[in-house]
Amino acid sequence: MKTTESWQTAEIPGPKRAFVISNPKIVSSMIKRSERPLLIVGHESLEEISDKKLIDYAISMAEVGEVPIVATAHIIGEFKDRGYNTAASMSLIEIGERLTDQSWTGLTGEGQYDLVLMMGFPYYMSWLVLSGLKHFAPRGDKYLTTISLDRYYQPNASWSLPNLSKEDWKETMSSIVSELGGK
Amino acid sequence: MTVKNVRMDIKELNTQLAKFKGLKVTIGRVIEEDLEEPLGPTPYPSITDLRDWDHKLLKRYPPFYLPFCDVCCLCTFGKCDLSQGKRGACGLDMAAQQSRIVLLAACIGAATHNGHARHLVHHLIEKFGGNAPLNVGGDEVDIDAPVSTLVTGIRPKTLRDLEVILDYTEEQVTHLLSCCHTGMEGDNLDFESKVLHAGMVDQVGMEIADLAQISAYNFPRADPEAPLTDIGWGVCDTSKPVILVIGHNVPPAAGIIDYLLEHQLYGQVEVAGICCTAIDMTRYNAGAKIVGPISWQLRFIRSGIPDVIVVDEQCIRTNLIEDAQKIGAPFIAASEKNCQGLEDRTNDPADEIVEDLVEGRVPGVLILDPEKVGEVTSRVAVEIAPKRRGKGIFPSTEEIVEGSKSCQRCLACQRACPNNLPIPEAVRMAAEGDLQKFASLYQDCVGCARCESACPVGLPLHSYIMKASEGKMAEEKYKIRTGRGAVQDIEIRRVGGPIVLGEIPGVVALVGCANYPHGGEEVAEMAEEFAKRNFIVTATGCAAMSMAMVKDEEGQTLYEKYPGSFDAGGVLNIGSCVSNPHIAGAAIKIARIFAKRNLRANYEEIADYIHNRVGAVGVAWGAMSQKAASIASGFWRLGVPVIVGPHGIKYRRMLMGRREREEDWYVYDARTGEKVYVGPVPEHLFYAAETKEEAIVLIAKLAMRANDTTRGRAIKLTHWIDLHRRLYGTMPEDLHLYVRRKADIPLTMRDEIMKILEEKGWQERETPDPTLLERMIRKRAD
Repeated sequence: MKTTESWQTAEIPGPKRAFVISNPKIVSSMIKRSERPLLIVGHESLEEISDKKLIDYAISMAEVGEVPIVATAHIIGEFKDRGYNTAASMSLIEIGERLTDQSWTGLTGEGQYDLVLMMGFPYYMSWLVLSGLKHFAPRGDKYLTTISLDRYYQPNASWSLPNLSKEDWKETMSSIVSELGGK
Repeated sequence: MTVKNVRMDIKELNTQLAKFKGLKVTIGRVIEEDLEEPLGPTPYPSITDLRDWDHKLLKRYPPFYLPFCDVCCLCTFGKCDLSQGKRGACGLDMAAQQSRIVLLAACIGAATHNGHARHLVHHLIEKFGGNAPLNVGGDEVDIDAPVSTLVTGIRPKTLRDLEVILDYTEEQVTHLLSCCHTGMEGDNLDFESKVLHAGMVDQVGMEIADLAQISAYNFPRADPEAPLTDIGWGVCDTSKPVILVIGHNVPPAAGIIDYLLEHQLYGQVEVAGICCTAIDMTRYNAGAKIVGPISWQLRFIRSGIPDVIVVDEQCIRTNLIEDAQKIGAPFIAASEKNCQGLEDRTNDPADEIVEDLVEGRVPGVLILDPEKVGEVTSRVAVEIAPKRRGKGIFPSTEEIVEGSKSCQRCLACQRACPNNLPIPEAVRMAAEGDLQKFASLYQDCVGCARCESACPVGLPLHSYIMKASEGKMAEEKYKIRTGRGAVQDIEIRRVGGPIVLGEIPGVVALVGCANYPHGGEEVAEMAEEFAKRNFIVTATGCAAMSMAMVKDEEGQTLYEKYPGSFDAGGVLNIGSCVSNPHIAGAAIKIARIFAKRNLRANYEEIADYIHNRVGAVGVAWGAMSQKAASIASGFWRLGVPVIVGPHGIKYRRMLMGRREREEDWYVYDARTGEKVYVGPVPEHLFYAAETKEEAIVLIAKLAMRANDTTRGRAIKLTHWIDLHRRLYGTMPEDLHLYVRRKADIPLTMRDEIMKILEEKGWQERETPDPTLLERMIRKRAD
């Protein structure tokens, strides 16, 4: 399997498909450049990818990168249990729909987001929500920039990690956190 | 009843006497005028007659599109790239294209149910005569056909009357399908309006199918105590010949049961079914058995248990004949919609067909006569069973171990699996002699066998999973209540008030297919959660089956533990797919019986009533098919929200409210004409949930309605908040939007909630007599 094939074989993408994140610095620099980033975290973030769970990387990234989090499905309590109390709770399709609305002023009323990062979702749910954002989330004369940080290549994002082994995924997530200034 | 054929739609007519605009004359559709109830404004509505209502709903719940791909490939201009604002060669943009695909799906679903109904009605008229009376509930049901009456204005009394209604629905489906042609509709919201129309005529078609079969076949008639029957992979006595019937259209199964009864063979031959035919044949005779939902097809056939396999129509795995041949079971196709490449032997003598099948001269036959299917199937089963008994194709443990050693580690199986099951890991462990990982996949496997198709070395991976779970499957023996059919008028009289006032917190309809993310147990869990909370839990089709396939510590299923009555805490198996309109019908009958609203051709008013007053929520946790799409569409047009499981996101379009957009949540107060803010109730119309926890909390939330009394709202808030705390671990962040007055607040939570409300700057507001229809205002505001 190539690193840039859709994980689910029949999900043939295109013509427009994601650039591959070949270096974690791409993610950290995009976060740093972004004026209004948002990290959306799904229920599969409770999966262990090493000694840590994906949700732990999400919290680290949010803290060091100053990225607000939306916890989808029922997992808001997991953030609070970890002492992270500023995550918002909203379902995946609710936040997805709001991101397509240019007039939406965001979770705190400070304005629409210009960069969305996603992790912790069933592949097909990410695939479709990222597709919705690809086609229906204009930002001026461009479109919303989206980044998929899940383990498998997501062609409907603007940028996506390639298909990775668990070990490489863990390394990538750790690198993103450290590039953002964390440990 | 008379049928004429004149229909005029005149935009403008100038005569010497008067000038008419928008004049519609319909002669031939309106058939009887001897009813006390007046005819409403929209008899036999055209595809635009309810457009205004649709647009009201779509304004509140605009579509959120989730395209599967960037292109359209439906015509020879294409493929056209529609990404990011581009238009295709026909001018269509991505939003319109997505809604067009949704309409196509809804048309397929509506055509399937209406085609099913037409075949059934045609067959039953041939068998019982056109004047055979309709009877869905004896003296307990006065409103036999609430959906059909609501839509068309007529109250059918005989089988022949149903044909008149089908003439209408078939015409509508044709018009709707034509709108999908290149260069027709171009606006996404008008496509969406047509989706809702397709859903409505789908409901009518399903209702007709079930009315016909209940009446003609003596199915349980609105019976809360319909008998219990057996369900599960392990329910068949394999020492007897076993006939397996798969599909949805019951006449061939009824033909089999009739033949066996007439020849004193019933009981000596097992008749078992998969999918909705199974439900309907147990309604016909509770001695029949249900193997399981749609996903049980391959696992049961490959076990070698069935001696003959009969398929009718819908949701049948299309290459079953290959597996049937492998186990040596003759295959009989019994529907003209599903011929399977088999020779049509309908007019051949039964003796010849039986001999050819028993001797293995042909793998299967097409027989388009249900009675002949009955005879041939029964005789073949009896003759062939001793020859082929136990001829299954599950591999042995040794074969699995050896086969697994040939795995190339390409991961194609997992990449093909809808649920991303870790099949490669199971293969790796099996190669070392350990089948436990394969066994662990059983619950989450949806039975599609895509893993096998993808495997480059041809490993029968689905069979590996099933063989590893054989012991578990053999223990699958449960009890399910047979489908009861309609809801009695007297039941509506009893619960109509408490539902509308909110004191029975809601009606949950668990429907749809078995494409579950984590097995059918989640459906049973949802059902019990809400039955315990005094909701009314109704179910149909595969969901009704999955709910039965879980036992408590005392060995009882939900159908044994909870009453089958339409009342608080009831768990009802309504029936098969085509029984879904009885659930919609119950909501419609609440408007008629409790609120005395007219039904006949009065769709908009009744939908408005249901949307604002009846806390019904549909849940299709394993929705897979186009029929599921059209069934959901029928509920949407009535203003009833539907939640689907995560795979349901592949329907490519959600209908989402925005709770914080206050302007979307105003209604008219029918008493004064004032516009009044009622909060986001119900918040969404179509919604894919990521997890069962999310769905459970949302069911409780979507049961809230604008008309809830303070006592009713307090009860509904109690359930929602309690579930939110338990499953999310937090209080709902948007709680303040759902509390209208202090009296709405559950007593036990008053202090805590008041603190939250004060922080949000909450203020009390009035509860109106809610309507979205200006014409329903009784007194104009100054």
